[in-house]
Amino acid sequence: MIKAKNRLGIVFFPAFDWAISPTHPEREERLLYTQDQIFEEGIEDIEGVKFYNPIIAEEKDINRVHFVVPDVKSVVTQSHLISAGGAIKALQAVMEKEVDKAFALVRPPGHHAQRVVYGDRGFCIINVEAVMLERIRQEYGNLRVAIVDTDCHHGDGTQDIYWNDKDTLFISLHQDGRTLYPGTGFIEEFGGPAAYGYNINIPLPPGTGEEGFLYVLDNVVIPILEEYKPDIIINSAGQDNHYTDPLTNMNFTAQGYAKLNERLNPDVAVLEGGYSIEGALPYVNLGIILAMAGIDYSRVREPDYDEEKLKQPKDITEYIKKLSEIVYNRWKNKDDLRLKEFKDVNYVKRPRRVYYDTDGILETQVQNFKICNKCSGVNTIESKSDRGYHIFAITIPRDACPNCIDEGYKLYKNASSHYTNVYLQDRVNDEYYSK
Amino acid sequence: MIIGLDMGGTNIDGVIVEKGKIIKTIKKPTNRENLFNSIWTALKELLSGYDNTKIERINLSTTVSTNAIVENKLSPVGMIIQPGPGLPYDFLACGDENVFISGYIDHRGEIIKDFNLFEIENAIKLFKEKNIKAYAVVTKFSIRNPSIEIKIKEILENEIPNSFVTMGHTISGKLNFPRRVYTSYLNSAVHSIFNEFLNNIKKSLEKEGINAPVFILKADGGTMNISTAEKKPVETILSGPAASLMGINAMLPTNEDAILLDIGGTTTDIFFLADGVPLFEPWGIRIGKYKTLIRAIYSVSIGLGGDSSICVRNGRIKIGPQREGVPYAFGGPKPTPTDAMITLELIDENAFRLTHDNVKKAYEAMTLLGRELNLSAKDMAKLILSTMGDIIKNKVDELLHEINSRPVYTVKELLYGKKIKPKLINIIGGPSKVLAPVLEEKFNLPCYYPKNYSVANAIGAALARPTTEITMFVDTSKKTLSVPELGLYEKISGNYTLDKAKEKALELVKKSALSLGASIEEIEAEIVEESSFNMVRGFYTIGKNMRIKAQVKPGLIQ
Ligand SMILES: [Zn+2]
Ligand SMILES: [Zn+2]
Repeated sequence: MIKAKNRLGIVFFPAFDWAISPTHPEREERLLYTQDQIFEEGIEDIEGVKFYNPIIAEEKDINRVHFVVPDVKSVVTQSHLISAGGAIKALQAVMEKEVDKAFALVRPPGHHAQRVVYGDRGFCIINVEAVMLERIRQEYGNLRVAIVDTDCHHGDGTQDIYWNDKDTLFISLHQDGRTLYPGTGFIEEFGGPAAYGYNINIPLPPGTGEEGFLYVLDNVVIPILEEYKPDIIINSAGQDNHYTDPLTNMNFTAQGYAKLNERLNPDVAVLEGGYSIEGALPYVNLGIILAMAGIDYSRVREPDYDEEKLKQPKDITEYIKKLSEIVYNRWKNKDDLRLKEFKDVNYVKRPRRVYYDTDGILETQVQNFKICNKCSGVNTIESKSDRGYHIFAITIPRDACPNCIDEGYKLYKNASSHYTNVYLQDRVNDEYYSK
Repeated sequence: MIIGLDMGGTNIDGVIVEKGKIIKTIKKPTNRENLFNSIWTALKELLSGYDNTKIERINLSTTVSTNAIVENKLSPVGMIIQPGPGLPYDFLACGDENVFISGYIDHRGEIIKDFNLFEIENAIKLFKEKNIKAYAVVTKFSIRNPSIEIKIKEILENEIPNSFVTMGHTISGKLNFPRRVYTSYLNSAVHSIFNEFLNNIKKSLEKEGINAPVFILKADGGTMNISTAEKKPVETILSGPAASLMGINAMLPTNEDAILLDIGGTTTDIFFLADGVPLFEPWGIRIGKYKTLIRAIYSVSIGLGGDSSICVRNGRIKIGPQREGVPYAFGGPKPTPTDAMITLELIDENAFRLTHDNVKKAYEAMTLLGRELNLSAKDMAKLILSTMGDIIKNKVDELLHEINSRPVYTVKELLYGKKIKPKLINIIGGPSKVLAPVLEEKFNLPCYYPKNYSVANAIGAALARPTTEITMFVDTSKKTLSVPELGLYEKISGNYTLDKAKEKALELVKKSALSLGASIEEIEAEIVEESSFNMVRGFYTIGKNMRIKAQVKPGLIQ
């Protein structure tokens, strides 16, 4: 039998009894053929590969990351808690050194879930990776972490959650927001005042193939990671860049995903999107599993794979080269750029409109970041939804100084009574309040 | 009357059961050089004085296939394997000649690329050159579409007369290509030796004028008739532990979650019951280096028994896993748990015909060992029994943890799925009476043991019934229904329902049990797994994908 070079933990939880709706892409059938492929290949029998069941995330795990309106119980289902719990279990296995790496093949996905949650957007309610990471930080102390999002859609939820946290470098490779949901993820979205430059977007043109993805990886992502030196690398492993995906326009392949994973070498990968359930997922997931386990994946191929057809056009290659240079230079110059951007200000406001496509909710919000020279600064969100909620939410960040902690509690205490809900996230003491 | 024979590594046990009562038992040594002779001698002795024509059936658990594999007395096998894209495949080369062919079938059973006839012709040339007569043909995803395996088998049989070919899809309906390859290999490799044994049995029975049907025990605790065993001899491997388990269940029936222990001289076998039903291996049993798809009762053997050798290392006692001879009391080289039991006067002196000298030597063993730990002989003996209890408890806890964390795939199962929580322990074997109170205390569970444990395995063999399992796969968009184990692949209508499929599955599994020799009144068929998925492509539901598992579970002849 085959032996894995790296001990790999797999949480495979297809949630065969859960769907957003019967014909929704996020439905029971989504991982059925992936399971067939994993079973038929005998992955469970590979020495060094271990399968785990998810644990169930707790309410507190959600409150650590999100302000769920009105509360966790009314919005978040067991399926979401299990999906996040699956990711937590995967990273726990790595942290406990039971395995070298782990892959959480869970659903529903999470990377479109932002700090404030009124409902489902982009098939996501809670941010699976963020819930996982903050639970692990709670259990194992502060870690320097890089999240590399290789889903075809911009990871706008993860970007929002780690916007002002320079201990969490977020890099998203995705199809250009001008051509695809959620319409964000431009180079200029570069992070909050305490973490400017630690939110990196690489919007790729439709039609990007193996060559383009691997070029960006080798010339932007890996050099940045080498400089950032994270303790942990998390891969938000969405699989909708595949050439057969029904929702997107990219030309990536199972081989490409495997190569990308091998070079990125993440400690944990978490499945995100990917809706070509028959033609892509079985092969992409197999490729990722083999790459993570350090097993030869060169024989993994889609049935309709055609190298010639999938070759990346020259103009796209040129565009990506230029784009990579710009992104990398911005990273290099992030300190200068920060000084320019936040000159002589004490607060930075970030007004946004957020549309919950899956649930049809429209939210308007203003985030307000205090610039503190001792910590990342207490920050707040004032948000209204078209469902009648008007909320005020305060975050005391993990590294908050005593002043910012006091200020956070004062803001909570003195919050105006015209808000329908007020929330306080005290990340220093891991305490969460709402009224 | 029913005859049960269990051929073990050391002994052959036999019983005659009539109207639910054991009317005769025998125990004869196994001659590993001539298994047929051993069993025949045992059977003749068992039947002497009884009317051959009254025999209703003969149930036989044999080690013929197991020994052939373990001792590597296998026929050379030519393998034709179609690995398709995916994992590297060189590790699948288990045959004496292995030909990997091109082409492949995908997970839905679509032939993406057909096989190349030229490659098969070359394989045949090679097999002929090497004078290989047994073959196995296995393709990836063959259970979703067996046509390539079937075509290649036909070619082989046409070109090489008197050949035996195992096709992967007939082995099991489970998805697991490497195991399908190994199991198919083993089936072809033991075919000749097992059939020689069966032919001898058939001939001898004929000579004695015995017409009763013969059933062979399988590793899942059930039986199959001879004509099935001829084609699937690999199913007979490791039926011994299954016989023991069925024996314990016959003597100590329960409907609870339970721990079952068979404590022998060298090893302790551990089994579990869930609501009284034996637990199975999730994929199939492992034999030697081969992981197979053979349905089998979950059993774990640890090196701990009445004759395990004991030593003290770094102030701690170590029991087993080796047995280095008979107990010290009987002139063996090392102290053993049996010596501890003798010292504590827990062994019936008459039954074991203990001499004064035996007792003295046991006491001496405990004294010597106790000296290293500053314990009296009696305290040492007590510590040994307590340690045995601890070893068993720790192992059982570890296994239960593993079993209760087996992967599940639905929210419902994860939240409310069955967890095994044993309510009692049933033990058989020499030391059971002595260890029962120890285990009762360690586990805080009631412990039961039968009086007549020594032929439990033969009783288990005697009372086992035919068992079978089928896997049904329905794809209403392709309008196909398949049951690989039965070689059934048929067209259905696009509006086929899950209820219809379940009904059909039950009907088929009953039919399958009948073909294994079951009588209609003893068949208890059940659906064990069912799922139905909407297949949506684009914005349209194009059909349903159903998966059903039905079985006739192991049970006892009433
Ligand atoms: Zn996506
Ligand atoms: Zn501060």
